[in-house]
Amino acid sequence: MNEELRKRIDEMVKGHRVVLFMKGSPFMPMCGFSASIVDTLKAAGATDVAAYDVLKDPEIRQGIKEYANWPTIPQLYVDGKFIGGCDIVREMHERGELAPLVAPAK
Amino acid sequence: MLDPRDIERRIAAALPGAEVEVVDTTGTGDHFSARVVSPAFEGKTMVEQHQMVYAPLRDQIASGALHALALKTYTPEQWARVGGSK
Repeated sequence: MNEELRKRIDEMVKGHRVVLFMKGSPFMPMCGFSASIVDTLKAAGATDVAAYDVLKDPEIRQGIKEYANWPTIPQLYVDGKFIGGCDIVREMHERGELAPLVAPAK
Repeated sequence: MLDPRDIERRIAAALPGAEVEVVDTTGTGDHFSARVVSPAFEGKTMVEQHQMVYAPLRDQIASGALHALALKTYTPEQWARVGGSK
């Protein structure tokens, strides 16, 4: 991945506390896994999420996989750190670990 | 179209001693669910554990042949605790 793209992704990831890379939008997810992670985040009380639609940007869609060494979309980041994809986020929610992580800062 | 046994073999080859079970969840050969129990997961985060399972499948995922792999990873100790048996 070139330096320019890495920098662009870096800015997206760090530009907001809770950042989601997904297919489609939270209002109209274009893949079951993206729909599922949006539902999980909602259930955990995450109200302030910056969501990026990778289908609109092929460069980001490829680049984000290298960035996190994670081959699939969706991807969730909190405080600039990669948290996981659909399965991990759901498991964290089941354990009650997601809500404190994604809740809006007081 | 992928064979779940082939996915199992690839994961098992990358994680010696792992117990791997892969199921074709849609019957279409591109959506799978996997349970992997390995002592190599000891001390790793969930992200790291999943990365270890994804690694030998990178080409299949990149090509789109493997569209989705729902993953559950356990250390042998965790697996014993959730009530699993061999």
